[in-house]
Amino acid sequence: MNVRPDKVMTLKEAIAEYVKDGSHISIGGFTTTRNPMAAVYEIIRRKVKNLHLYVHSNGPAVDELIGGGCVSKIEIAYGGSGKFAATCIRFKKAVQEATIEIEDYTNYQMTLRFLAGAMGLPFLPTRSSFGTDIINTWGFSKEARKNDPKIPDKKLVVMDSPFGNWMDAEKVVLVPAIQTDVTIIHVQKADKQGTGRIEGLTFADVEQAKSAKHLILTCEELVDTGDLRAAPDQNQIPFIHVDAVVHVPHGAYPTACHYYYDYDPVYLNDYAKAARDEKLFEEYLEKYVYGVKGQEELIALVGKERIQAIAADPHTGYAKNLKRN
Amino acid sequence: MEYTSREMMTIVAAREIKNGDIVFCGTGISMLAAMAAKNINAPESVIFFETGSIDARLEELPLAVADPRVMYWASSNSGLLDAFATMQNRITGEHVIGILGAAQIDKFGNINSTVIGNYYKPRTRFSGSGGACDVASFVPRSIIFMQQEKRKFVNKVDYLTSPGHLTGNDGRRKAGLPPGGPELVITNMAVMRFDDTTKEMYLAGYYPGITKETVLENMEFDVDVSQAEEVEPPTASELTILREKCDPQRLIL
Repeated sequence: MNVRPDKVMTLKEAIAEYVKDGSHISIGGFTTTRNPMAAVYEIIRRKVKNLHLYVHSNGPAVDELIGGGCVSKIEIAYGGSGKFAATCIRFKKAVQEATIEIEDYTNYQMTLRFLAGAMGLPFLPTRSSFGTDIINTWGFSKEARKNDPKIPDKKLVVMDSPFGNWMDAEKVVLVPAIQTDVTIIHVQKADKQGTGRIEGLTFADVEQAKSAKHLILTCEELVDTGDLRAAPDQNQIPFIHVDAVVHVPHGAYPTACHYYYDYDPVYLNDYAKAARDEKLFEEYLEKYVYGVKGQEELIALVGKERIQAIAADPHTGYAKNLKRN
Repeated sequence: MEYTSREMMTIVAAREIKNGDIVFCGTGISMLAAMAAKNINAPESVIFFETGSIDARLEELPLAVADPRVMYWASSNSGLLDAFATMQNRITGEHVIGILGAAQIDKFGNINSTVIGNYYKPRTRFSGSGGACDVASFVPRSIIFMQQEKRKFVNKVDYLTSPGHLTGNDGRRKAGLPPGGPELVITNMAVMRFDDTTKEMYLAGYYPGITKETVLENMEFDVDVSQAEEVEPPTASELTILREKCDPQRLIL
């Protein structure tokens, strides 16, 4: 909750202020669209450690945060970057080597968990996952849960519906709320107070945003308040939730941002290649993450030609006929 | 006309989709099957993504379910809450057909897309459920794409990510799930269906050039093959539409 009229900060200031070692954090976007990549790169550059990360289906952002050594625990439904990495590569490696702890949920369950957090409820019911290992296998042990006041004592709970067989549902699965220290989402437009507008699919960004103690909005365009207030029904993020507004053009790059730019197949393919090899991955981080001061330098490093190739067509919102092999 | 097993699988799935079906698509071949159905045999089917897009005009093949290409000319772009509500809604949910893929499957159509080996230190980690477990839980019909290999058709999945018919018979109801479950499994060699009562998998069809024995050799468990017939190969016109209209850039095919 923050009603200051001007919350504009630099990305460095916002990450330094709100993302600490051990923070419980969630990031918006879905697979290769609207991941808050500029913020992710800044977190890696700051060498933040031991993050407890919550996502539903995420791709490059999760993979780079894990590859950058920032994450120790993750609650997740899906780690994949579409055709570019069916399973996120550094994520896969970290789980296989047990260098991070993981707990699996479904997309709907993660969304309901964020919604419960946003609503201030302890849990919400669903009918997803009866009879599966999503319910039966816990990533975090009972003891670990007891010792950590920031996570609930149980993973998922099956109960008989207190309404008998109403709506032909005898049982429900209860999913516990998530409340993060900080959530970061990337939106197309925001004003300096933090009213935000997402164009295209919102995924679970709104629920993630409202389940956070602190919310950082990175935006493609910092616009006048009047531009957003003239059509308030198109704004999903009311400023009261927002703590920091950061203007970062190409802030979701190399993932897509509807009506602004497509995902960059060249970057994502090169990344996938580098991520499979320790030495190449170190070189990747040195060049594209540590080697630049921020997103502006990354975009300059990638070069005009590729940035022009992914520019969105204003009618469809994506780059038509982009070479995507 | 020559064709690949991938094209065969796509067309076999597309033929199962009817006008009025709301098709839940994942990444890759399932998206292509939905596009093929829409362009070939079910122009009034509705393509639907868990990300919240309903009936987008897919002028280019999306490479992920969040690809901006799924947002174009949609009836509505919303988010995950709405998408999963559509599957559970007692009016629309009845019409949703799910298309899924997995690393392992058992004889009741329970699938694993999470880990091979021990959950806490797996030999192979996969992407995880995403929305697959949700759709497998909620919708009345689903199609599962698999590669026909012994290590993939297993007696027991290493991790049960998404429910099929669980223990068979009325296992779903007993566990608390809505009715439904997988209707067919499409592989690079064959098509399997599930017995109406026991919910056990049986061989329903095999592709031209493949024998029933070959299919069985590529499974850890046995299935009834007495009802199996050869599957019609894709026609020239089906192949032409698939190649020229659905995936001209050969991104999936």
